[in-house]
Amino acid sequence: MAGPVLAVDNLATHFFTRDGVVKSVDGVSFEVKPGEVLGLVGESGSGKSVTGFSILGLIDPPGRIVGGSIQLNGEELVGRSESEMRKVRGKSLAMIFQDPMMTLNPVLRIDTQMIEAVLAHDAVSEKAARARAAEALGMVGIPAPEERLFAYPHQFSGGMRQRVAIAIALLHRPSLIIADEPTTALDVTIQSQILAEVQRICAESGTALVWITHDLAVVAGLADRVAVMYAGRIVEQGGVDDVLDRPCHPYTQGLIGSVPGAHPAGARLHAIPGSTPSLKHLPQGCAFAPRCTRADAACAVAPPITMNQGRAYRCFHPAAQAGASA
Amino acid sequence: MLAFILRRLMQAVFVVVAMVVLVFFGTYVIGDPVWMMVPGDATIEQVGEVRRTFGFDQPVYVQFLHFLGDVVRGEFGRSYVHGTSAIALILARMPATMELAFAALILAVVIGLPLGLFAGLKPEHPAARAIMAGSILGFSLPTFWVGLMLIMLFSVMLGWLPATGRGPVVSIFGLETSMLSLDGWRHLLLPALNLALLKISLVIRLTRSGTREAALQDYVKFARAKGLSQSRIVGVHILKNILIPIVTVLGLEFGSLVAFSVVTESIFAWPGMGKLLLEAIQRLDRPLIVAYVMVVVLLFVTINLIVDILYSALDPRVRLSESEA
Ligand SMILES: Nc1ncnc2c1ncn2[C@@H]1O[C@H](COP(=O)(O)OP(=O)(O)OP(=O)(O)O)[C@@H](O)[C@H]1O
Ligand code: SF4
Ligand SMILES: [Mg+2]
Repeated sequence: MAGPVLAVDNLATHFFTRDGVVKSVDGVSFEVKPGEVLGLVGESGSGKSVTGFSILGLIDPPGRIVGGSIQLNGEELVGRSESEMRKVRGKSLAMIFQDPMMTLNPVLRIDTQMIEAVLAHDAVSEKAARARAAEALGMVGIPAPEERLFAYPHQFSGGMRQRVAIAIALLHRPSLIIADEPTTALDVTIQSQILAEVQRICAESGTALVWITHDLAVVAGLADRVAVMYAGRIVEQGGVDDVLDRPCHPYTQGLIGSVPGAHPAGARLHAIPGSTPSLKHLPQGCAFAPRCTRADAACAVAPPITMNQGRAYRCFHPAAQAGASA
Repeated sequence: MLAFILRRLMQAVFVVVAMVVLVFFGTYVIGDPVWMMVPGDATIEQVGEVRRTFGFDQPVYVQFLHFLGDVVRGEFGRSYVHGTSAIALILARMPATMELAFAALILAVVIGLPLGLFAGLKPEHPAARAIMAGSILGFSLPTFWVGLMLIMLFSVMLGWLPATGRGPVVSIFGLETSMLSLDGWRHLLLPALNLALLKISLVIRLTRSGTREAALQDYVKFARAKGLSQSRIVGVHILKNILIPIVTVLGLEFGSLVAFSVVTESIFAWPGMGKLLLEAIQRLDRPLIVAYVMVVVLLFVTINLIVDILYSALDPRVRLSESEA
C-alpha cells in the first residue's frame, strides 16, 4: 500500500503575542491516505485553521511552527525556505478558504487570477493556461466558462465564487486539498451542491481532502475519517462511523450530544457547558477537565494518546470502549 | 455617464461664478489700484484721469457688471502693470508651473510609493520606522524653510545644482518644457523636490496604511496559497488595490500642488504663474489676479473630472454600477 499523502507528527504552532504564548496547535498528529477525506472538527478557536495554515507554511509572525514534522508525499515541509514552500503551494497542496467573498481579489478579473495560478508552476503559454482555467471552471459546474473568465469576482454569487476558488485549487490536480470551512458561509442548498461536487471530483481524481468544519452532518456525509480537536490537540480520531456512533472521548460525546441509539447524521454541534479554555493558560492536566463530567484525580496529568483498533484518543476514562461491537 | 459629466460641469460653473464674485470684491476691498499706477508726483488731475480711463470712478455695481461682462466674453482685461492681456500673461507662464507641479507629482509617486510599500510590508523594520519618522518631518517642516535648506545644501555647499531659474526650454507638440535636457532637469530637481515634500509624505502614509490593510486580507493569503511569488503578490494583488485611493487623492492634490507652487516659485525664482501672482498682488493688479484665479479654478474642476473618470477605470465595481445605472 502507498504511504500517506500527508503525515503530520507532533506539530506545534505557537503565537508569541505581547501578553503570552498562545499554543494554538500543540502536539497534533494525523495522517491522510491518498484519496481519503479527513474531517477536522472542533469548537471555534480549537486550532483547526492554524493547523491548516501550518501545513501550507502560511503562519505569519508572531506565530511560528515550533516543533513537529509535516510530510507531504514523504517529503518534509517543516523548515523549508519560503521559495521551496512556494513550489508546493498550489501545486501538490492546495487550500480553500471559508469566506468566498474575501478570497478572490476584487480588482482582478477571474482569468487573471486563474492564469497566474497556472503560470506560477507551469511554463505554458497564456493561451494554454486560459484553456486550463476554462476547463477547471467547467469542472466545478460554472456554465459558459470561457465567457465567465472575463468577469470580476463581484459579478458572481457567493456560491459561484467558492466554485471559482475550488476550480483554482484544482488547477494543478493537487494530491491534497485543505478546505477550511468552505461551505459555512453559504446557504444550505448551495452547500450541499458544492459538497456533492467536491466529493465527486476528489473521488475521480484521487485527491485527498482535509475538510475543516463545525458541522458534524457534513463530516458524517463526506469524510472517511474524523479528527476532533480541542484546545490545540486532537483528542480523538478514527473512522467516521466508529467515532460518531461510539465516541470514546467525553468531548466528542458532548459534541454529538448523543442520546443512545440516535444517529448523528443531521446533528449540529451541541453546546457543551462551560467555554473553550484560554490557550495561554491551559490547565496542567487534561485541557477538557474543567468541563468534563468524568474528570477525577487521574486527569490532573495530561492524558497520553491511547491507540486502540484504528482509534486514537486522549482520555483516561473513555466513554465507550473502542472496538466493542454495538 | 453623460448625465454625470453634465452634472459635474454645472457644479463647476457654479464654483467659477462664486469665485468671480469673491475675487472681484476681495481685490476691491484691499485697496485702490490707482495709487500703484500713477507716478509718485502725479497731480490730482492726473490721478482723476487714470481713474476715469479704467472706470474706477463709477459705482461698485457698475464696475462689477462691466467686469462680469468681460469675464463672460473670456476677457479679463489688460494688466494694469504690464498693459497687455492678463489672461495671455498668465497662460504664457502656465507651462512652467504645470511642469513644476507635474515633476513634483512624479517625485511624490516615485519616492513615496516604494517607501510606503516597504514600510507597510515590514512595519517592524528599523528602516520602516525611519521612513515614518521622515514622513512626519515632511508634513511638519515649512515649505519655504526646506526650500532654503535645499539651496544651502545642494547649491551653496555642494554646488551640485543651480539655486534658481529654469533651464533651456524647447517646444514639443506645442508644449513648452525644460524636461528634455540635462540642464533643464538640474534646474527643475530642487524646486520640484521642495514642492513634492508634503506629497511624498502623504503618499508614504497612504501607501503604508493601504498595504498593511491589504496584506491582512484573505485574497492575499489565497494568492500565497496559490504559490505566487512575493513580487507578483505585492506588485499586482496589493498594489492594484491600494492604487485606487492613492490615484484619487493624488489627482485631487495636483490642484494644491499648483497652488502651493506660489511659495516654491518665489524661493527658486521659477518663472511660473505663481511668481506672477505674487507680483500682481503686491501691485493690486486686479485683472491679473482674477485671470490667475480663473485659470486655477478651471484647472481644479478639470482635474476633479479626470480623477472621477480614472477612478472608475481603476475600480471595476464603480465602473459596473455606473454603466448599469
Ligand atoms: N495571529 C494570531 N495571533 C495570536 N493568536 C492567534 C493568531 N491566529 C490564531 N490565533 C489563536 O489560535 C487559536 C486557534 O485559532 P484557529 O483560527 O485555528 O481556530 P479555529 O479552530 O479555526 O476556529 P474557527 O472555527 O473559529 O475558525 C485561537 O485561540 C486564536 O486566538
Ligand atoms: S482525561 Fe479525564 S478530564 Fe480529560 S476528557 Fe478524559 S475523563 Fe475528562
Ligand atoms: Mg478557522
